[in-house]
Amino acid sequence: MGKKLKFAPEKKPGHMSRRTLLGGILAAAVLPVDGLFALEKDPVNMPEVINDDPTKTPGPGPSPLGKRSGFENPVRKPSDISSRTPLQDFHSTLTPSDLHFERHHAGIPTIDPLKHELLIHGLVDQPMKFTLAELKRFPSVTRTCFIECAGNFRTGKAEMTPQDILGLTSQSEWTGVLLATIFNEVGIKAEAKWFLAEGADAAVMTRTIPLAKAWDDAMIVYAQNGEAIRPEQGYPIRLLLPGFEGNMNIKWLRRIELSEEPYMTREETSKYTYPVQDKIRMFSFEMDARSIITYPSYPQQITKGYVEIRGLAWSGRGKVTQVEVSTDAGKTWEMAKLQEPVLSKAHTYFRYLWNWNGSPTAILSRVTDETGYLQPTLKQLIEARGPNISGYHMNPVTAWQIREDGFVFFKPEN
Amino acid sequence: MKKRLLFIFGFLFGLILLSVNDTCVVAQKRQPFTDSVKKPVKFGFGRPATGAEITAWDIDVRPDGKGLPAGQGDVKKGKVIYDTKCAVCHGLNGRQTGAVKLAGGALVGDTLATAKPKTIGNYWPYATTLFDYIRRAMPYNLPGSLTNNEVYSLSAYLLNANKIVGADVVLDAKNLPKVVMPAKKLFIMDDRRGGAEIK
Repeated sequence: MGKKLKFAPEKKPGHMSRRTLLGGILAAAVLPVDGLFALEKDPVNMPEVINDDPTKTPGPGPSPLGKRSGFENPVRKPSDISSRTPLQDFHSTLTPSDLHFERHHAGIPTIDPLKHELLIHGLVDQPMKFTLAELKRFPSVTRTCFIECAGNFRTGKAEMTPQDILGLTSQSEWTGVLLATIFNEVGIKAEAKWFLAEGADAAVMTRTIPLAKAWDDAMIVYAQNGEAIRPEQGYPIRLLLPGFEGNMNIKWLRRIELSEEPYMTREETSKYTYPVQDKIRMFSFEMDARSIITYPSYPQQITKGYVEIRGLAWSGRGKVTQVEVSTDAGKTWEMAKLQEPVLSKAHTYFRYLWNWNGSPTAILSRVTDETGYLQPTLKQLIEARGPNISGYHMNPVTAWQIREDGFVFFKPEN
Repeated sequence: MKKRLLFIFGFLFGLILLSVNDTCVVAQKRQPFTDSVKKPVKFGFGRPATGAEITAWDIDVRPDGKGLPAGQGDVKKGKVIYDTKCAVCHGLNGRQTGAVKLAGGALVGDTLATAKPKTIGNYWPYATTLFDYIRRAMPYNLPGSLTNNEVYSLSAYLLNANKIVGADVVLDAKNLPKVVMPAKKLFIMDDRRGGAEIK
């Protein structure tokens, strides 16, 4: 028989439960995630014994709930207020639901779907309440798009992964009802120009949204990647505003009020606004076009020869029309291949085959969207907005430095 | 003979199958998809909301003062509430002092537009937002627990600490919307429009 590899310590009866032991090991294993995340194993999903010839022993049978391979361990990187998506671990545009980034302002509420209701009032013909079951009876729509936090930019050191730099963007296939369908049901008065959306969390989160977005493509969604949306994504319902800054996609949606003017809530005045020269820009709804090479990226190492450069590009204003890649630190640019279908306001996967000759260099990507907008450099953004630039709506070109030994490091722009 | 007949029947059957198949393809291509019924003007799902239900949830306050409740508050009462319920996260007197970053951030600071940290005095364009936000979300550990009078008092205290209103002000639904915030003149609406320009 084959040699046995052990990944979990022997169970000592009457000493410590396996779960306790594994919990401790998991915590220990998660700590150095920065260094070698691609090789990181998940001891909870790892069988106790692994035969080196899998054809000689029958494996476990079917189960009610699937798990990732114990050899794979993609994890979000949480802080007190958010958690970041491991973009470097993905091979396409869709974010697994349990890895979708989080940003909430007073924690995740627990909401009984049978008790949850949505109130729509203000400048409407008939103020109404809808249960979740009633919302699900309306004709439904499915749409794949990204949600990106408006404050999705970190920089400053070489040891940063795509997750560290811009892990507050994720993509899902969302299902729900068009907001226009619901607004048609309550009847919107002609004076209405805006609507307030409010969540049922402890922040009772509010944002004002232009009414035009409701007639365009806004949705109330109850499903994410085919199943009920995750609690941290707004269970049982959230607002979906394709292309708009993440904060406006109100989670745990419980109330919509139609109004002739904006409410000027805390999040749309003292937050999610940013200095532009000597002014402060507010109501920046659309997320401008952005791209990043996710492979190769820190802390990976490449070897001389063929390297398929891969990454993500997206725009809150429509479709990605092209992604260019530079392998000579921005001197020349070549066209990358886009994975079809290219969807509007959606993460778009790009690939570019490169033959690395072993010389140190820097690789970069830049996207153009269907409005003709070309992703800027940090320098261009600072020139346009002034030196007091903040972290909101920052979408600069990201560069990766390739060292002679093949190790990849983030190259922050000065 | 039998074999020949079978062959002929088989051939004919095949032809029929082919033609049926063909019609299906043609039908799929030419006939647009239709529901069995026309989309109604209204689906009739949901129910009218009662006035009481709207009142229970309608806590927002607009810059023009719409939504502000009855009641009033002053700086002195506001300071007492602030010291007990807010200072632990927002600092003594609402100021950032020392190196340890405040859990809730500073609320009082320099009123200069370029000053840091961003506070009510230098970065909040509307006084009504203060009432709205405190009432809906503060204090962090007990959101929605303050009375309307307490929220008026806290607003008065914080506006006074930021040198925006006098120490003897009594705030209510009438005068709060009239408070002019120093940062108001700095705010501009989004002027990005896509296209070639970097803004």
